[in-house]
Amino acid sequence: MTAELAVVGAGPAGMAAAVLAAELGLAVTVLDEQDLPGGQIYRAVERAAPDSPLGEDYLAGRDLVAAFRASGAAYLPGAAVWHIDPDGTVSFGRDGRGGALRARHILLAAGALERPVPIPGWTLPGVMTAGAAQILLKSADLVPEGRTVLAGQGPLLYLVAAQLAAAGAPPAALLDTAPAGNRRAAARLAGAALAGWRSLARGLRLLAAPGLAGIPLRRGVRGLRAVGRGRVEAVAWDGGELACDLLLLHEGVIPDTQIGRALQLAHAWDAAQWCWRPVLDEWGGTSLANVSVAGDGGGIAGAAAAVLSGRLAALAAAHRLGRIDAAERDRRAAPIRAALARERAFRPFLEALTRPPPSVLAPPQDDVIVCRCEEVTAGMIRRAARLGAQGPNQAKAFTRCGMGPCQGRLCGPVVAALMAETLGRPIAEIGAYRPRAPYKPVTVAMLAELAG
Amino acid sequence: MREFDAIVIGGGLVGAAIAYGLVRAGLKPALIDEGDVAFRASRGNFGLVWVQSKGLGAPHYQRWTRASADAWPALAAELLARTGIAVGHERPGGLHLCLGDEELAARAAMMQRLQAESGNFGFEYEMLDRAAVAELLPGIGPAVSGASFTRYDGHVNSLALLHALHKGFVAGGGTYLPNRTVGYAGVAPHEFVIGSGEDRIAAPKIVLAAGLGNAELAPLFGLSAPVRPQRGQILVTERAGRVLAMPTTTVRQTLEGGIMIGDSQEDVGFDTGQRPAVMAAMAQRAARSFPWLAELQVVRAWAALRVMPPDGVPIYDQSEAFPGAFTANCHSGVTLAGAHALLFAPMVAAGALDPALAPFSARRFDVHDAA
Amino acid sequence: MFTTRRDAAAATVAVTVEGRTVLVPHGASAAAALLVAGIGATRDTPVSGAPRAPYCLMGVCFDCLAEIDGVPNRQSCMVAVRPGMRIARQRGRRRAGPA
Repeated sequence: MTAELAVVGAGPAGMAAAVLAAELGLAVTVLDEQDLPGGQIYRAVERAAPDSPLGEDYLAGRDLVAAFRASGAAYLPGAAVWHIDPDGTVSFGRDGRGGALRARHILLAAGALERPVPIPGWTLPGVMTAGAAQILLKSADLVPEGRTVLAGQGPLLYLVAAQLAAAGAPPAALLDTAPAGNRRAAARLAGAALAGWRSLARGLRLLAAPGLAGIPLRRGVRGLRAVGRGRVEAVAWDGGELACDLLLLHEGVIPDTQIGRALQLAHAWDAAQWCWRPVLDEWGGTSLANVSVAGDGGGIAGAAAAVLSGRLAALAAAHRLGRIDAAERDRRAAPIRAALARERAFRPFLEALTRPPPSVLAPPQDDVIVCRCEEVTAGMIRRAARLGAQGPNQAKAFTRCGMGPCQGRLCGPVVAALMAETLGRPIAEIGAYRPRAPYKPVTVAMLAELAG
Repeated sequence: MREFDAIVIGGGLVGAAIAYGLVRAGLKPALIDEGDVAFRASRGNFGLVWVQSKGLGAPHYQRWTRASADAWPALAAELLARTGIAVGHERPGGLHLCLGDEELAARAAMMQRLQAESGNFGFEYEMLDRAAVAELLPGIGPAVSGASFTRYDGHVNSLALLHALHKGFVAGGGTYLPNRTVGYAGVAPHEFVIGSGEDRIAAPKIVLAAGLGNAELAPLFGLSAPVRPQRGQILVTERAGRVLAMPTTTVRQTLEGGIMIGDSQEDVGFDTGQRPAVMAAMAQRAARSFPWLAELQVVRAWAALRVMPPDGVPIYDQSEAFPGAFTANCHSGVTLAGAHALLFAPMVAAGALDPALAPFSARRFDVHDAA
Repeated sequence: MFTTRRDAAAATVAVTVEGRTVLVPHGASAAAALLVAGIGATRDTPVSGAPRAPYCLMGVCFDCLAEIDGVPNRQSCMVAVRPGMRIARQRGRRRAGPA
């Protein structure tokens, strides 16, 4: 199987890239793990009812999905990429069978994940991410039963609260953990944010959503912990406690860098977003000539920006593969860049406003589990650093953190932050795990079959 | 400038075992190591404490390996007592599975040669037919024709070993100096100064255990370590209930439950990338050995570079030009950890390698060159 | 723990969760079915036997591992329900070895 452009991820960036690339005459194949296009933000949007409680911004994704379906790009849903070779071969598993796609250019559009929120008790059944509740609403019209508490900060937290309320299952409380200093820091950046007034307006509409009015809100919440035996029974914080059946956590989203790290693309620490992201040029080009990144996987900027960066990556690929010359590429790119600049103008303000509290990045309690898969605690990581481990890979060798099925996706940021704190060095110097194939599990049978 | 009783360059399994052995012998050494991202064969190996395949044509290597395997239980017990870390060493014996009659015949011939070469030292093994293998290992595939077995073989959690050696080293008074490369080396008999950046450390003894890095370092000390990288890849499955009581050369089950699948050899230079074709070949052989493996999920895999001497036999040496300088090079840092900690390190502490190690000197390569 | 939104179409796909029949909407994942069934812990970890349930529902955390139609350790959030699907709690390490 071959393609000129292989796109990993059918979210807004991947879909937009595929649409434009196909338009420009490239043979495009899009691979996505999910059964339906849309990524997480537009998950299952094709099945959404016109009066969906998820709101207009979500429903707006239908147009993009329709354009993607009509684009002529080959689409492989249910395909889990497990290895990418620098020579352009993408190995994937689909319905238990292995496949390989040889592409001249690869666009990684794998999106983002929610930042792990390692509070005491976060591994209890009944503690989930806010995004998880949203996924249930989007993909299956399911709402929580019983008392739901939302805790954390950031636009998604409020969005989910409003959506749950609109769906007839308003949360019992919303605990906002944004540190007091965030507002002051954000206010300094408010001026620059006005260029992204559309985002600001969206945010304000969100905060004013009718459903939110009745939900008890507490600000400046510190010392968050989930309490219960065998499952979550209450959420507690410094100065308060609430019984709950479901605790939804959210402290922002961070790029999914798993595949990029496996490819050893150059990454940099983004101090504003407090996360790692790939080093990209203005076209989403990486340190490998045949690999680009678009969308939130390259840095968190939201769905609209993802669409725009997807288009830029498509233009660059079309140019690199000889379909368009540089002049046409640049001509088409100009309005896209202008729109992207407007989208991004709002980000520094938002990032300052929603900067996670230090305890989310490096939990102070030694007995908090930081690697969920291998049940490695913060204390074990600290001890590994004191013994001499200089980074996450050595910590992994000493403690098994990052060796479980998730391959460090969830614990990576926290392990790095804990080591930075213990070693007294900036997190940018500490580095990240080096993940390997298989990026997602594959059976021995599927591998054996490849040997013929 | 800081002074130590000895400097060990290289914090992998070889260096850490030797450094731990030196601490055990009463010295206060410094252990120099690179940072988080380095080739680190120690983080890539299979975990066998393996005797039966070692030293064909080099009986001294088979003897050294046996000595190490015999020292292993003591090392494991000592590490547990000193560090609280259980490295999970087990020595149930080991099997090398053969698929098809040709492989079995070739294996039998090899084992016979090893026995013949062992002379008075002896080498006990059994060639098992299919039925005998089936009694030891559940669910072998129809292609399995038999196996060679020795009681000398075992396996261990090699990462727990690395952790325990480091912990034991530091607890015993050793100084661990990571994030360093050797930028400066001052070399004189019994006087060695190593510099990294602004840092200088000095000692009358130095051991080069830097894996692939030894090739460049050794000549500075009047030594030779012509090692080259050989890539190996490994697959690990999801955790399963205990099935395999005995390790084989290419399939073993860890105490945590994951089943490890090896064993590959590629000559690709310093490339630690993975190749699906190689992973497929390993998976295929594993599934032919144990068909029930087919349905298990591989959750982890990696590639690492073995430190390979030209003939596969370790290189141990002491410098004639600069007495006090030693080197240790091998691709079996797990198997030989017993020997490195409990036999080799005391030799270094005493100031000279035992004459029994003379065949391991790199001078053996000069003989070939001269001929 | 979760249930069908009141204005939504009725859940029509019948699966079994730990032997009990549960109706879930078309498009739900097996993880969603586990959550609708409300059994609390959906797996016991192979490391310590600690109780876990789905956390992220997007294929990242692997806490949703469950036994689906007899196959253990499947990411239940990545598997769409089909009528008659048998979903069960993942109890520690999976079984392996000859049948």
